[in-house]
Amino acid sequence: MNRGLLAGLALLLAFQLAGEGVAPLLPLPIPGPVVGMVLLLTALGLRVVKLEWVKGAADVLLSRMGLFFVPAGVGVIAHTELLRREWMPIVAALLVSTVAVLAATGFTERAVARLRGRRRG
Amino acid sequence: MAELARTPLFGVALTIVVYVLAEALYARLRAPLAHPVPVSIVTIIVTLLLLAVPYDAYAAGGKLLLFLLGPSVVALAVPLYVQRARLAERALPITAGILAGAVTSIVTATLTAKGLGASHEVVLSLAPKSVTTPIAIGLSERIGGIPPLTACAVVLTGCIGAALGPELCRWMGLRDPVATGLAVGTACHGIGTARMLEVDALGGAVAGLAIGLNGLATSVILPLVLRWVG
Repeated sequence: MNRGLLAGLALLLAFQLAGEGVAPLLPLPIPGPVVGMVLLLTALGLRVVKLEWVKGAADVLLSRMGLFFVPAGVGVIAHTELLRREWMPIVAALLVSTVAVLAATGFTERAVARLRGRRRG
Repeated sequence: MAELARTPLFGVALTIVVYVLAEALYARLRAPLAHPVPVSIVTIIVTLLLLAVPYDAYAAGGKLLLFLLGPSVVALAVPLYVQRARLAERALPITAGILAGAVTSIVTATLTAKGLGASHEVVLSLAPKSVTTPIAIGLSERIGGIPPLTACAVVLTGCIGAALGPELCRWMGLRDPVATGLAVGTACHGIGTARMLEVDALGGAVAGLAIGLNGLATSVILPLVLRWVG
């Protein structure tokens, strides 16, 4: 690992740590890493942190983000009993709801963008 | 063998080896359904069952990889910053889309599960399924769901999004990368975002934004919506 990557990882971890520290003080249950993301975005915006300090490490992590979810998914085997009993409503609810959310989010964004465009134009 | 399987090395090595092979397969097939995340999960489950390795032994190493999810979420600030000008232009439509998605997610997941006869605990566990794992688990606990089941539902939802999210959007007639990224990020959190980053840089940045904002929106509205549909 070259020095740039390691420094970038150190910054990402430092912002995560700051996020974990701030998160319990907030009135909503927002996870520390999400707070850390907002803090890093603010620091980039204020130019306290330069983009090139974190870009390399961020690109490496983001290009392999799927890998980090795999262990969470393997966790299903600890709940086979419940899944065997109720797999049908669970799978159906996830499929139906995912398609519904994709449509609701995408078309609402389009509709509001178009309305605003018309008002402007 | 049993001793070796209990070391964290086993879980880490198995996961990375399987993932790298799944990525190579994905690069060959280019079929969305063969996305490395669901393929790796199924392959590892089958491997553990065949070798009779208990889940706890695997989790010792699995936890180490899961740890890297934290800095990855922080790293989402980078694509957001790079695309900030194009995102700020569409702040209002983006916010409206995420709110619509957050409400739709809770309502459709709970009503479908309930209608098909799922138990009350399962219905509650599915309610936060579209938000990122750490937020979903916290919410599930608060509303009386089963947090590990919520974690499974979140990952399954993500796999649907990684395998078919951009395709479903295209079939529905959504062509715009911002609308597609927003939809995939709102519906399918980080796993959907990982796929979106492969498809389109701007769409991936929007999807990353949606993870955080949908987490926020769902945290606020979940107790209110459940009073109505739960």
